[in-house]
Amino acid sequence: MTIDLVHYLTVSAILFTIGVLGIFLNRRNVIIILMSIELILLAVNINFVAFSAYLHDVQGQIMAMFVLTVAAAEAAVGLAILVTFFRNRGDIAVDDASMMKG
Amino acid sequence: MNLIAIAFYLMAAVTLVSGLMVITAKNPVHSVLYLILAFFSAAGLFVLLGAEFLAMLLVVVYVGAVAVLFLFVVMMLDVDFVKLRQGFANYLPIGIVVGAVLMFELIMISIAVAEKGAAAGNQPLVASASESNIKMIGHALYSTYVYLFEAAGFVLLVAMIGAIVLTLRTRPNVKRQDIHSQVTRRRKDAVEIVPVKTGEGISE
Repeated sequence: MTIDLVHYLTVSAILFTIGVLGIFLNRRNVIIILMSIELILLAVNINFVAFSAYLHDVQGQIMAMFVLTVAAAEAAVGLAILVTFFRNRGDIAVDDASMMKG
Repeated sequence: MNLIAIAFYLMAAVTLVSGLMVITAKNPVHSVLYLILAFFSAAGLFVLLGAEFLAMLLVVVYVGAVAVLFLFVVMMLDVDFVKLRQGFANYLPIGIVVGAVLMFELIMISIAVAEKGAAAGNQPLVASASESNIKMIGHALYSTYVYLFEAAGFVLLVAMIGAIVLTLRTRPNVKRQDIHSQVTRRRKDAVEIVPVKTGEGISE
């Protein structure tokens, strides 16, 4: 039994769905939402690396590295905003965050 | 069933189950720990695909930095996480419907691409005979993608400065040693010589 490209793509698809589901289910908890975004980006990375390996081309891994960079930057800035938000509000419930009247 | 298939199914199962636990765990600290496990087993999948450098990068960057950052913030914030879980059951039906549709579509596309796409019938290039994985990445990163590489560094710089600016605060009414004001303090700022008349004293 060999492992084909479709196996990796299926794992990536399920992981992506779990991430989207996490954003749906934990609407109030912004920490879990950030972790769900990390899961989604991990699914994207698995896709990139799987295609990179099966197309015999290293460019997919380069792109996965850039996704990794952006994900790390996003996590840092997101958590910094979270800390500032908590400091101003004393709570992190995001569904009633309307300070900017958005 | 060969060893690679067993390793793949093990890593994939651990990745998916821990991914599911990230979004369903009651305690956010447990969520972070499951996130670490998910990234670790995803790194295992990368090794199976021959992307050793990226696997190590995933372990170093995510398990070493991002997950610890998450853990730090979760433990630093004093939040009632039980209250934040309210509405979990309300969103469950619509979430499952949307998730099922999304997963169905993604898997359909995956099967179509894997069967008919450019990579159809290919075997993964796990180890190249001529160059190692990190050497290939280095060649591509420092030639074709060198400007993008610089841009990535700039993104990280901006993120670092942004995080510092967002979280830095100067609290008033906190006594703290100020070396600059100590060193620049002169005699005339501190001492005043007042001529005192005999028997009268100083009024103020």
